[in-house]
Amino acid sequence: MLDKKGIAKRIAQELRHNWYVNLGIGIPTLIANYIPEGIDVEFQSENGILGMGPFPFEGEEDADMINAGKQTITPMPGASIFDSATSFAMIRGQHIQLTVLGAMEVADNGDIANWKIPGRMVKGMGGAMDLVASADNIIVAMMHTNKRGESKLLRQCTLPLTGVKCVKKIVTNLAVLDITPQGFKLIERAPGVSVEEIKNATEGRLIVEGDIPEMKID
Amino acid sequence: MNKLVANVQEAVQDIESGMTLMLGGFGLCGIPENCIAALVEKGSKDLTCISNNAGVDDFGLGLLLQKKQIKKMISSYVGENDEFERQMLSGELEVDLIPQGSLAARCQAGGSGIPAFFTPAGYGTEVAFGKEVRYFNGKPHILEHALTADFAIVKAWKGDRYGNLLFKGTARNFNPLMAMAGKITIAEVEELVEPGELDPNTIHTPGIFVQRIFQGEKYEKRIEQRTTRERLTVND
Repeated sequence: MLDKKGIAKRIAQELRHNWYVNLGIGIPTLIANYIPEGIDVEFQSENGILGMGPFPFEGEEDADMINAGKQTITPMPGASIFDSATSFAMIRGQHIQLTVLGAMEVADNGDIANWKIPGRMVKGMGGAMDLVASADNIIVAMMHTNKRGESKLLRQCTLPLTGVKCVKKIVTNLAVLDITPQGFKLIERAPGVSVEEIKNATEGRLIVEGDIPEMKID
Repeated sequence: MNKLVANVQEAVQDIESGMTLMLGGFGLCGIPENCIAALVEKGSKDLTCISNNAGVDDFGLGLLLQKKQIKKMISSYVGENDEFERQMLSGELEVDLIPQGSLAARCQAGGSGIPAFFTPAGYGTEVAFGKEVRYFNGKPHILEHALTADFAIVKAWKGDRYGNLLFKGTARNFNPLMAMAGKITIAEVEELVEPGELDPNTIHTPGIFVQRIFQGEKYEKRIEQRTTRERLTVND
């Protein structure tokens, strides 16, 4: 099975040349470390920067240059800065080719819940609702099961929704799955993981057709 | 045009308990540090604060929360502040969590004479509860209304006595939008410059939106997550 870096590496394979990409906080931010050779992408951060680059060297941190996770970053050559309304115009106006975010639950119709556990964790949705409502291409990066071993790929979400019928693809520590009208479709297995393991960890409808290949990751 | 006020105390002197304030910033980036400190000192209570985040426990809006000066928050993400989460879960603090893009657009609309607009964000979630739904291009959208405030408090890098403002880096964020939407907009700036020093092509917020401006001081500019990368040793 994969760790967080492995999930990020696998999703990085989905990047295409000249794409604009928004990476959510958590596992998705790691994707920036694994951009495939020979392609250029520009990362957009919802707080108002396009062309987000790596963390600064020690001693060069700039309090006025942060990403959506409030981490210090640096701008790439060709970067631009803008206000929050312009930022969400890019997002809502479908100018971004790929959105990657984490989730607590994904339903087999593409519903996603990733912002609230009533009575326990109410941090807020931030830009997530705008992102999932507007993006054509949404990949969820998450663990297949939660800390109690329960499946996070469900028939129906139990937690408050972030968006409806919006997720296209999921990459977990166990598998790559597409969302289809018939439910989750298994596309790839993580290295060393069996189809049986994936079936046992998936509560929602799961379609398994033919031989399921293993992910190819360095 | 002279919108200069002598200091932060003069800038906030007629902010009263019970008022609605907008405060710029994303996390701790671009927050109006001087005005927040002045409000803590003033002791204004029962405030409704519209701000993307709630600061951290001991800085930013967290300072007003600690002193229980805030009755209601309208924000998109409050995860960095444990006191906030506690006050919210216990019912001491009223909270409206709204999508960040909708917050930005609602502030901009408030200052632009657009009373309401449709957005896809939040459709099918509890954010849509009680709101009109309309379909455009076969896709559902919800009706959101403009946000305005008694005072908008913004922080800029440079400004002049006309109220023109220039922001730096990601400290821009909500500041230009909130500047438009306050009945009275107060701007604290790191550098107060003479009219004409700012190239008109570079001004982010035209002075028409700003009623009071003052030279800020002693900015802490705290960093929430100081993340760095390693230098490669030889040829970097």
